[in-house]
Amino acid sequence: METLDLSPAVSDEVTCTTCYMCACRCGIRVHLKGGQIRHIEGNPDHPVNRGVLCAKGAAGIMNHLSPARLRKPLKRVGPRGEGAFEEIGWDEALDLAHAWLAEARAKDPSRLAFFTGRDQSQALTGWWAQAFGTPNFAAHGGFCSVNMAAAGLYTLGGSFWEFGEPDFERTKLFLMFGVAEDHDSNPIKTGLARLKARGARFVSVNPVRTGYSAIADEWVPVRPGTDGALVLALIHELFRTRKIDLEFLSAWTNAPWLLIDAPGTAEHGLFARGDDGRPLVADAAGAVHPWDAAGVSPSLTASVTLRDGRRARPVFVSMAERYLDPAHAPDRAEAVTGIAASRIRALAAELARVAFEETITVGTPWTDWRGVRHERFVGRPVAFHAMRGISAHANGFQTCRALHLLQMLLGAVDCPGAWRYKSPYPRPTPPPIRPGGRLGEVAPGTPLPRPPLGFPMGPDDLLVDEAGGALRIDKAYSWEAPLAAHGMMHLVIRNAWAGDPYPVDVLFLYMANMAWNSAMNSAGTAAMLTDTNADGSYRIPRIIYADAYASETVAYADLVLPDTTYLERHDAISLLDRPIGSAEGPADAIRHPVVAPDRDVRPFQDVLLDLGARLGLPGMVREDGTPRFPGGYADYIVNHERAPGIGPLAGWRGADGSKQGKGEPNPGQLGRYIENGGFWKMRLPDEALFMKFANRAYLEHAAAMGFIARPEPIVLQAYVEPLQRFRLAAMGHGERQPPEHLRARLVACLDPLPVWYPPFEGAAVDRAAFPLHAVTQRPAAMYHAWGSQNAWLRQIHGENRLYMNRGTAEALGIADDDWVHVTSHHGRITVQVRLMEGVEASTVWTWNAIGKRAGAWALDPRAPEATRGFLLNHLISEHLPEAAGEGRLNADPVTGQAAWYDLRVRVEKAVGTHAATGPALPPLKAPPGIAAPSGPLRFGAAFGRSPENRARAR
Amino acid sequence: MTSLPGSPPAKRLGLVIDLDTCVGCHACAVACKEWNAGGHSAPLTDLDPYGADPTGVWFNRVHSFEAGEGERGRTVNFPRSCLHCDEPACVTVCPTGASYKRAEDGIVLVNPDTCIGCKLCSWACPYGAREYDEHEGVMKKCTLCIDRIENLTLPEAERVPACVSTCPAHARHFGDLGDPASAVSRLVAERGGFDLMPELGYRPVNKYLPPRPRAALPRPAEDTSPETGLSGFLGWVDRVLSR
Repeated sequence: METLDLSPAVSDEVTCTTCYMCACRCGIRVHLKGGQIRHIEGNPDHPVNRGVLCAKGAAGIMNHLSPARLRKPLKRVGPRGEGAFEEIGWDEALDLAHAWLAEARAKDPSRLAFFTGRDQSQALTGWWAQAFGTPNFAAHGGFCSVNMAAAGLYTLGGSFWEFGEPDFERTKLFLMFGVAEDHDSNPIKTGLARLKARGARFVSVNPVRTGYSAIADEWVPVRPGTDGALVLALIHELFRTRKIDLEFLSAWTNAPWLLIDAPGTAEHGLFARGDDGRPLVADAAGAVHPWDAAGVSPSLTASVTLRDGRRARPVFVSMAERYLDPAHAPDRAEAVTGIAASRIRALAAELARVAFEETITVGTPWTDWRGVRHERFVGRPVAFHAMRGISAHANGFQTCRALHLLQMLLGAVDCPGAWRYKSPYPRPTPPPIRPGGRLGEVAPGTPLPRPPLGFPMGPDDLLVDEAGGALRIDKAYSWEAPLAAHGMMHLVIRNAWAGDPYPVDVLFLYMANMAWNSAMNSAGTAAMLTDTNADGSYRIPRIIYADAYASETVAYADLVLPDTTYLERHDAISLLDRPIGSAEGPADAIRHPVVAPDRDVRPFQDVLLDLGARLGLPGMVREDGTPRFPGGYADYIVNHERAPGIGPLAGWRGADGSKQGKGEPNPGQLGRYIENGGFWKMRLPDEALFMKFANRAYLEHAAAMGFIARPEPIVLQAYVEPLQRFRLAAMGHGERQPPEHLRARLVACLDPLPVWYPPFEGAAVDRAAFPLHAVTQRPAAMYHAWGSQNAWLRQIHGENRLYMNRGTAEALGIADDDWVHVTSHHGRITVQVRLMEGVEASTVWTWNAIGKRAGAWALDPRAPEATRGFLLNHLISEHLPEAAGEGRLNADPVTGQAAWYDLRVRVEKAVGTHAATGPALPPLKAPPGIAAPSGPLRFGAAFGRSPENRARAR
Repeated sequence: MTSLPGSPPAKRLGLVIDLDTCVGCHACAVACKEWNAGGHSAPLTDLDPYGADPTGVWFNRVHSFEAGEGERGRTVNFPRSCLHCDEPACVTVCPTGASYKRAEDGIVLVNPDTCIGCKLCSWACPYGAREYDEHEGVMKKCTLCIDRIENLTLPEAERVPACVSTCPAHARHFGDLGDPASAVSRLVAERGGFDLMPELGYRPVNKYLPPRPRAALPRPAEDTSPETGLSGFLGWVDRVLSR
């Protein structure tokens, strides 16, 4: 027997900070031993993860120690794409970046396109872009989930995932749509476990049965892009069987608001308004009142004649007329979705039964905004969650809207057991920010009057010129994508290359792997980045790239600004950005350096503020021209005020740290966060926990905290009037007119009530030639491209297969492990298949972002990620097939969301023998100082009972 | 050959793994890797970590597979690690005494100072739970986090294996399966926990909980809506709201 030490010291120092291995932003405890990171685990006190941590989070240490970490600023010295760089000092790097940026700003700020990837500092980067004066700013949301965010914010003033969460503690029926093992990761897993332990029912609507869907009580294998038709059939059933929460609709939504019924006029379908602009409702007797007049019981059915003689009828009548129509009946939906009509009817009946017959209550009295006291909160315990499988389709905005309408019909919004807002949401529908960069607002050396990203209310808010052409490089907020609230990152490189609508001088990217998996048409994108004019100059003249790692995109940069890892810098998980609050109350958090960098790298946010000061951007310099934040990002986090008393962090404000939400900057703020485990949270009073959109206690709290301007109710928008304003323009009304070729599409797709229409790519290709849908799922253990450098995670997911339904494959003569060609209208890849039962018959899928380009990420060029991994991106075009009309975007026509789940393919058995996936782009050369190390990795030998430590002890 | 403890350990520490909630996320596998790489069995060597064929030592691996056909089939996520058997052939086969079962709690361990790397134990284990560290030349395996579970430097609530502590789906439980009153024993009794391949006779301590039965959606009642069409519907609305 050996002698064991059962109580070895785990570490000599523990620091709490925030994970950055995906978008969840879980709290972590980092254990240090001898100044080195020994162990990372979940922080039990943290509101997001409550102590658990996923595979990615636990593997964070391997990202932190990755050999792919950039080491020093790099300047390109050879042709773009060949990886010829020289290392330079920071002075030279910043001088160069400053010179390029200053030149662009002096000429025309829109000559800078500044796009960031999975940036968790968008409150800073967006503010910087506004100060610079360019409208050409966004993060990766246009690729990811803008359909969810925009549909939610225009409808509920919150959204699935980021601004809301299912009430896992109380719900009795949970429906999850299109969650590709992604957002959000740990809260869904912990929630599902609690829900299943209570015996609640979990239904997963998803073409693929992996991960969460594998543990669902009911797996509903819907065809990709048809979820909207399924949801509208559920809505039809609720109307048909009269299982609708009429009181909820009447009290809290705009269902009773009167719509002007004057076809052919410029106001048809807009709200009837009083002289003061307030929308009107009718009472049962037909008398018309402002919607919020005291003592009015609005009718859902009464059509009236307005004072001016025009007819008007409630939104609800339009809803009933539309959704009672047999066009939405389950029998019709069966043919579209592949889900049996009987099953759709059963699902609708169960939704209604649980919502209306298994009502729960929370016995806390509350008062609504009208002053009416309620003795308890009444819960309809049906909760929904949805994500990318809904979002990444050309009909995703409307599908998400349909889900929100379904929630309203059931009265299942922010009540016990339903989907609930995460504080600081709800916000007004939509938030009162209009995008900056309208005609005349972009001028040399001048900031934008408003942030580049916002929420248009109608054609007047579009960023278009007199001829209707786009003013942004990505064409966001143009007639192609009127509500492009997250921008359209996927079009930036293509448009900058094509000079469409104009060329840019500087393309500035931050942690966005846009030369690879954050681009559609990856090979074509690489070609655009290296394409030259007749004189040999590059079509995109200057590219600055900031990242911590040697990703594929580094090879295409002219100047590389190396970032730190997430354990080496400050960050603010801010209420101004993408907060981590819950339904119980607001929360925010920080990152702070756990260890110092061992390389000549700087936190990107420090660099951005430094460049801002050099450029003299407003807010970043003092009156004497010296930097406003000489202490870098940490200084900004503490001292920047967006509005008086409101800064990046809401906790421990005020000179003595006694204030929350609003208060003057506190020099000791970061210290207080660190003492508290890296986060701040506040619990709402019991009376403010539910029905927040109408709850007086909540609304007053939110106004006092600075979340909303005034304690006014947030009316749920069953009918989204701004969409109708765009439609009316498309029908020929008003000054601002869309291009002819978009009119019909705008009328059809920007419907103010949810509609379903077939995804554009599928409608434009020959169904017989491209009979299958192709989508991606994110492996729970590796959900972003940056995971492939991770020595541990790549042992779990080092290669990917194309997963096919067994019956479908066998009908095509394809057997397990066969190599196949997958062909879309745009391209062809050669990959290996794995057959499975749990995938809808017309769907093929693979894991996202496993495939790497040979030579990138400090991996051996023979790494399986390069030789047996692959991306579907090669098959996806920024544009639709020509049959759809020239130059039509492969995007949602409302938001511009990249419609990469609309991909249609055919799969054919490959002839000949194959050893590697194709296409194989030429290997990239590693930047200076970056090399794949040889020899074994013995991480932990220094800390534990390793041979050397045992020998030392003897 | 190595002997087992003279009398079977009364305390039988082990894991209970819930196949009803395991989503196959690999959190347990990586947390285990991270903790143990710097712990009792340090390091868990990774060979060719950035190369063409990366392979490393993992005490816990998750397998995902399908059972049954079509929609009625299931996707099973199955974590696999040492089961700390009552009759561990991996111990009795050990020629040096390096593999042993602790009398105190039944945990099966390997003494790296006396392990000669002969791999007989990995041949003997039917569960594939042994992990050979080629670089070190010794056999390694799950220790149930022997350096956590009684570690007095940790708060009591954290004295559980790393895989249990981290599991987001709460699918892993740790405790004394020799005590019928323990929380894990009660869980096994309530949920019908089972042994992996009991017919082999190794009497594993770890248990797996089967997926809970899944109730089919009730069939909706017969259609009883009396009036069809928009006007009938709106009339119903008015009647309801005027009540």
